[in-house]
Amino acid sequence: MRPAERNRKRRRFTKEDGKAYLMLLPYIILFSTFILVPVIIAMGLSFTYFDVINEPSFTGLLNYITLFTQDEVFLKYVLPNTFLYALIVGPGGYVISFLLAWMLAQIQPIPRTILALCIYTPSMLGGVFIGVIWKTIFSGDQSGWFNSILLRLGLVDTPVQFLLTSDYFMLIMIIVSLWSAMGIGFLSMISGILNIDQELYEAAYVDGIRNRFQEIIYITVPSMKPQMFFGAVMAIVNAFNMGWIGVTLSGANPTPNYSGQLITNHIDDYGFLRYEMGYAAAISVVLLLVVYGFNMVAGRLFGDND
Amino acid sequence: MKKRRQRRGDFQGSRINPRNFSRGQIKFYVILIPLAVFMILPVIMLVNRAFMPLGELFAFPPHIVAHNPTMNNFKSLFALSSTTGVPMLRYLLNSVLVTVMTVALNLVITILGAYTFAKKNFKGKGALFEINQLALMFVPTAVAISRYLVITRLHLTDTWLVHVLPLAAMPVGLFLVKQFTDQIPDALIEAAVMDGAKELTIVRKIIVPLIRPALATSIVLTFQQVWMATEASNNYVNNDTMRTLAYYLNSLSTNNAIAAAGMTAAASVLLFLPNLIIFVCMQSQVMNTMSHSGIK
Repeated sequence: MRPAERNRKRRRFTKEDGKAYLMLLPYIILFSTFILVPVIIAMGLSFTYFDVINEPSFTGLLNYITLFTQDEVFLKYVLPNTFLYALIVGPGGYVISFLLAWMLAQIQPIPRTILALCIYTPSMLGGVFIGVIWKTIFSGDQSGWFNSILLRLGLVDTPVQFLLTSDYFMLIMIIVSLWSAMGIGFLSMISGILNIDQELYEAAYVDGIRNRFQEIIYITVPSMKPQMFFGAVMAIVNAFNMGWIGVTLSGANPTPNYSGQLITNHIDDYGFLRYEMGYAAAISVVLLLVVYGFNMVAGRLFGDND
Repeated sequence: MKKRRQRRGDFQGSRINPRNFSRGQIKFYVILIPLAVFMILPVIMLVNRAFMPLGELFAFPPHIVAHNPTMNNFKSLFALSSTTGVPMLRYLLNSVLVTVMTVALNLVITILGAYTFAKKNFKGKGALFEINQLALMFVPTAVAISRYLVITRLHLTDTWLVHVLPLAAMPVGLFLVKQFTDQIPDALIEAAVMDGAKELTIVRKIIVPLIRPALATSIVLTFQQVWMATEASNNYVNNDTMRTLAYYLNSLSTNNAIAAAGMTAAASVLLFLPNLIIFVCMQSQVMNTMSHSGIK
């Protein structure tokens, strides 16, 4: 810590500080009420048994112990599903959005804007819309677009029940999630790449960089670390926020044979369907920790190391 | 050999953001165009469904483009009242009202917050901004339950505020606007202080005009969230007259999927178009803001 900073920390709360807090007040109030306090409540409830009607009773670590030793659905389906899904949609979606941004940066401005708009559009649609579109595409009768293609090509004799059986469910969830994953993280990376100083590339070629892969590793990524970090956070958050997708597509919680059951669905299942709020809160805390863990990794990769 | 590398060097150096077309770009177009089509095609198909008569909706093979476009789906959508007797127009008005209120409130909060974080030194600033940066990673679905408990305790259920308040503080928006405000020179603000300008005058007359692109971005992001939100209508409101279009569309598509296929598509278009128009109008501001979006 620099001395100047230490001085600032030690000084008393002044009128100027008061003014600053006054201007921040609306944000602090809303942020605390709807983000911070719910997180704290979830942490507190996770150590209790709470059925909404009676007062919560303290049970210590029981919820966590049950979750990791006895909850068969969680251990057998939810945990593996969540990791598979989150790894593909999070880091996978992230790599794809970087590569797309990288290619877009290398074409002319007008086609770039049009193509970027096409790629970005799905991410601004929101849950309802995504559900309506993809339920029509994967509908289990011959009017479903995908089924009709398969039928016409003679690949199947009867329409496949894509959304009601477990065979392809996870695959479809991943496709739909990747489809809608090119959001503001993607836009951030486009402008990150566009803003890299041209001379860096020229210098790098003088210094002996030979191909595009080396160029990405040694110039592009290090020059836009802040955007890479922002993009990573957005990709991770998006992956976990899309947890409802399976329930939207199948129209039921749990999803067919738990094939698309993610940790967020498990929370809803216990919280809103079984009213075991303490247990659901414990799952929430695990989820928040997992998201935080993913972000720590991203921070290690792209954050400032000082 | 030497000559070849020289030529490649020149070519590589001018590749980013090229003004003109060159043959080297063809490979990117070959990958990007099919991908862009894959991304946008489902949207185009759904928009076309909104204009299809019933016969075409379930035709085999399915039509991508409406052969006999009609406005009937929109007409029946507006004519249809839900089982509780709430006309569709009511949902639309609710959505507009809720969205306008949230975007306006969010804008004021974000401007004040971003300015304070960017240009003020105060006790606890570092810690507070750190918390906000952590909140970028926040996954709302994780705490839906405790949020519900907070909202019930505050007696916000069945009020208009329950649509507005939970979405009015948006960590991403504040973060982006703050990063953008950072680049305004302090001298500009100091000069205004010398001239005796009050804090709010500085914000209104100096800061706001200079950070317009970032504010546009914040508006776009807030709009997208509120306009499409179903959480409040689903969980916190019991009265159909206070629910929104996104909720109504959702119930149309889940309750009577087949009978309402055309109307669902029509309602989707009504929801989607404002979103698209706003983004297209503001896309250059959004891109401008994004160049300051990095987390350091």
